[in-house]
Amino acid sequence: MQYLNVIRKRLLFLALVVVGVSMITFAISHLIPGDPAMLVAGDRATPEIVERVREDMGLNKPLPEQYWIYLKGILSGDLGTSLRTRRPVAEDLKLYFPATMELALVALMLATAVGVPLGVASAVWRDKPIDHLVRALAVTGISTPAFWLGLLLIVLFYGDLGILPGGGRINPDIPRPPTITGFLLIDSLLAGDMTAFTSALRHIILPALTLGFVHLGVVARQIRSAMLEELQQDYVRTARANGLSRRSVIFREALPNALIPSVTVMGLALGDLLYGAVLTETVFAWPGMGAYVVNSIQALDFPAVMGFTVVVSFAYVLVNLAVDLLYMVIDPRIRSVN
Amino acid sequence: MRKTVLDIDNLSLEFPVYKGTVSAVNRVSLHVQEGEIVGIVGESGSAKSVTAMTAMRLLPSESFRIRSGRITLLGQDMLALSEQKLASMRGRDVAMIFQEPLTALNPTKKVGAQMLGVIRLHTKLSEREARLHAIKLLTDMRINDAEEILERYPFELSGGMRQRILIGLAFACSPKLLIADEPTTALDVTVQKQVLQLLRQKARELNTAILFISHDLAVVSQFCDRLYVMYAGSVVETGPTREVLGAPKHPYTQALIRALPESAAPGQPLRSIRGVVPNLTDMPTGCAFRERCDSAFEACSAIPPLFSLDEDNRASACWLCEKEHAA
Repeated sequence: MQYLNVIRKRLLFLALVVVGVSMITFAISHLIPGDPAMLVAGDRATPEIVERVREDMGLNKPLPEQYWIYLKGILSGDLGTSLRTRRPVAEDLKLYFPATMELALVALMLATAVGVPLGVASAVWRDKPIDHLVRALAVTGISTPAFWLGLLLIVLFYGDLGILPGGGRINPDIPRPPTITGFLLIDSLLAGDMTAFTSALRHIILPALTLGFVHLGVVARQIRSAMLEELQQDYVRTARANGLSRRSVIFREALPNALIPSVTVMGLALGDLLYGAVLTETVFAWPGMGAYVVNSIQALDFPAVMGFTVVVSFAYVLVNLAVDLLYMVIDPRIRSVN
Repeated sequence: MRKTVLDIDNLSLEFPVYKGTVSAVNRVSLHVQEGEIVGIVGESGSAKSVTAMTAMRLLPSESFRIRSGRITLLGQDMLALSEQKLASMRGRDVAMIFQEPLTALNPTKKVGAQMLGVIRLHTKLSEREARLHAIKLLTDMRINDAEEILERYPFELSGGMRQRILIGLAFACSPKLLIADEPTTALDVTVQKQVLQLLRQKARELNTAILFISHDLAVVSQFCDRLYVMYAGSVVETGPTREVLGAPKHPYTQALIRALPESAAPGQPLRSIRGVVPNLTDMPTGCAFRERCDSAFEACSAIPPLFSLDEDNRASACWLCEKEHAA
């Protein structure tokens, strides 16, 4: 019941976000210099042809009407037609979104799988060498530009060592598994195609490392401070006074509570990863939304850029909804408030 | 002669701080016998809690240094035991309850899960038996709907209820000693009385000794068989409760009693002890209390007063008493 309330509230919020984002993208697309009609008509088009294209595209209608058409489109899943690929933007994004999501999720998993233990170790052995090491690593992660790290990894693992591929999602010579989820790692497993799986896995390592490294630092720092706070709580002292071992106190009492605030950070991180993938995807020729949007920006492909923005905002809100629901599952105090 | 449960002998403890160390506990000797209720009283900062927590070795080991002394709990040398052995004693042979019941339970675990975890850690009871035991413990603490309480989260319960749960849990393995660090300070007065009664009742039933830490002389006078009065990290006076409070020998104990609101005449201002507890980083030479003491004389600034128990477990660390003795 309480879950339904949260979902209802969030969905309402989602509608507001969609309207807001669509207004902003719409406004920007009309403020930026550059005439889409001329772009579509081409360099050698006569003014009459340009005018006809303008009419075809609906660009001669009053702005409020144009926006209304645009909004109605979004709500029915129509994000317009790409000026560059001449295909519906929604179709294009459907093709590229899973690739980005897959990369972002693997990066987040890497960041969590490494960041949480590092953060715990850092808090438990506070001010010991391991703590200093983790903190240095965290700062390095947060301050390293992803594109630079990506290039470095390519030079090392692809160029010098030659043990990992330098770009792409899968070896182009391998037949792709049938698309079910759009995630190659999962689709290949579902198809029982180990060759495709191995290839996809080898391809995702470097971009996921690059993307995950930044968030590794964020996660480790967050867990460290949350753990330090929990370990000072009275209930930890009670647990020790009742004879719980150091290990139980850390992993069964303090860590679950320290993970609660971290869920927010991870939700935000996933949102960041979707945006942040843009640069990393370009470096690794990863056929995701990032590469798509960079190409679209360069081609002044307004509908594509606008569509990307709307979809990512959408995903962001959905991730936050998931975070809120997760909160209610793991923290009884929040469950009772709602 | 009753068995000694806890024996702290000449314990001195220091904390490393920025630039140097702080002597938090100075040559404290204290013992608790089987089934006895012993109080430690003193102002904030007199090291009551530190002393008690050290008895269970609950302070993080890197945070302090033992300069001298021994702690013997049930015949075990607590300063020599491994962390593993210590953990197996805590909650089973010796339990502790604290001042703040609102935060003393894990906020995200049900009461039952927390109680069963501790019970099953120290006993061989099955899940079902442990549950029954938990219900019995809560019922003994006058919690009627014990079974339902086990399914509740701590934040759903009142402070008095949580403290009763914690006390019940502390008695789970019939410990020989319970250390109670201001267990009723955070509770309102009516609840306080009830909790103290339950505490005493259960302790008598299981023959558990209690080391009761408090700054509240009124509570202590009703509750404890014997008292230790602590000041700035040292024991200044000890003896049976009635004697210590009825015929205090140390000027600090006398001043504490004078400072009770009850001892002021109606309409007269309340009395307090002038000055403040000395800073532990900058302790005066000689007697720690001499700067606030009305009866201080030359001897007090030279050397700290001696402290020796007489045959009735009565002692006072004050040169005045020595003088009377000699005279």
